[in-house]
This record gives sequence, structure tokens and C-alpha cells, in this order.
Amino acid sequence: MGRPIASRKTEVRLGREVQARIGQQLRAMYDEVVKEGVPPHIAELVRRLNEQDDG
Amino acid sequence: MKLDPAIRDQVLATVPSLRAFAISLSGNADRADDLVQETLLRALAHIDSFEPGTNMPAWLFTILRNLFRSEYRKRRREVEDAEGRYAEMLKSNPEQPGRVEFAEFRAALAKLPPDQREALILVGASGFSYEDAASICGCAVGTIKSRVNRARTRLADLLSIDSVDDFGPDRATRAVLAGGGRS
Repeated sequence: MGRPIASRKTEVRLGREVQARIGQQLRAMYDEVVKEGVPPHIAELVRRLNEQDDG
Repeated sequence: MKLDPAIRDQVLATVPSLRAFAISLSGNADRADDLVQETLLRALAHIDSFEPGTNMPAWLFTILRNLFRSEYRKRRREVEDAEGRYAEMLKSNPEQPGRVEFAEFRAALAKLPPDQREALILVGASGFSYEDAASICGCAVGTIKSRVNRARTRLADLLSIDSVDDFGPDRATRAVLAGGGRS
């Protein structure tokens, strides 16, 4: 809405390259955190919850 | 609450991805950490409602997603502050191109409506099927598909504004196109 038609055509042409970059960046950002594994304080939390008595 | 070791291992194996989801959703490492811990507290308190053999990641992601959404409604103000910090980060680190690119991406992601952001992350980064993503978000598969599409279009829009000059050869064409609408 309100955009010149010509700029939309340009966007379509640029679209595929931009989309590929979006996918890569999204996964790169995500995987950077995944690679850190389980932080010690989280492992400790699970261990403590596991030993807790729920009586 | 003694967990079945197999169940405990499944929970721990999901933690890295759960953290990545939390950070991508909230854009804030401290809040993400709180979200993950709260998710694990709730999950382990209600571990009996998990059916062994079903999808552990989807179960944990559902809990975290619902926590985030109920918090988001309460803490909308803080989310806006987080966006402001991204903008500051962009301004203060212009000499680190890689970081700027990453920060720019996070800032764009933060501008998406939460339903589009979560759909895009679940499908595009966490690797869930559209069906699993729909069940995590409590909506129809078609809704997830359209949210993912809108998220991609919106991100492309936000990011291409600054990257358009990278497509050098197209500049002349763009100028022609831009001027070509009239007459």
C-alpha cells in the first residue's frame, strides 16, 4: 500500500538473495547458542530438582 | 521427584535448543535464562503429564512459549526497551561489521509481531515441522505457514533497506524502474 509498483518489482528480484541470507543468519544466530550446550547452573538445577522429595 | 533417567536425558538434550529459542524470542540473555529455568521447574513438576515416547522438545517448547507469551503481555514495556538497546548497539559498534550485521538481524527480528517471530524461529531455526510448530503455538498448520511467510517478507523488507547497495549492478535498473512509473 502506498508504495510505487516499481519498488515492489525490485524487491521481488532481490527477494531470493535476501531470503537466503535471512535463513542463514537465523540459523547462525540460533546455532551459536545451541553450541554452548547445557550451562552448568542449568545442569545443577535439573540435578537438584531430581533429588528433591515431593512429599 | 525421581525422574526416569531416560526422561531426564531427554530434558537435558533439549536444553541447548530451548535456550536458543528463548534468546531468539526475547532478544535478552538474562530473560531467556529465567524463561528456561522457569520452564524446567514447571516441566519437572508436571512430568507425569508428559507421555513417554512423544515429542519431548515440542512439549518443553510449548511450556516455554506459553510462559513467554504470558510474560510478554505483562512486560511489553521491557520488550520495547530491548529494541532500544539494539539500536544503541548498532550505533556504538560500527567498526565491527560482523557484529553489526548480527545486531541488525536481531533488531529486525525484534520488530516482528511475536506470533510471526515464534513461527519463523520454530520452523526456520529449531527445525520443527509445520505440524509441530502449530501444536506448540496452539494454532492451525495453515496459520503457521502464513505467519512464517509474512515473517520472511517483513524481515526481507527490514533488512533489504540497508543491503540494497550491495546489489551494485541493479542500481541503474532500480533508478530506471523507480522513475518509470510516471509517463
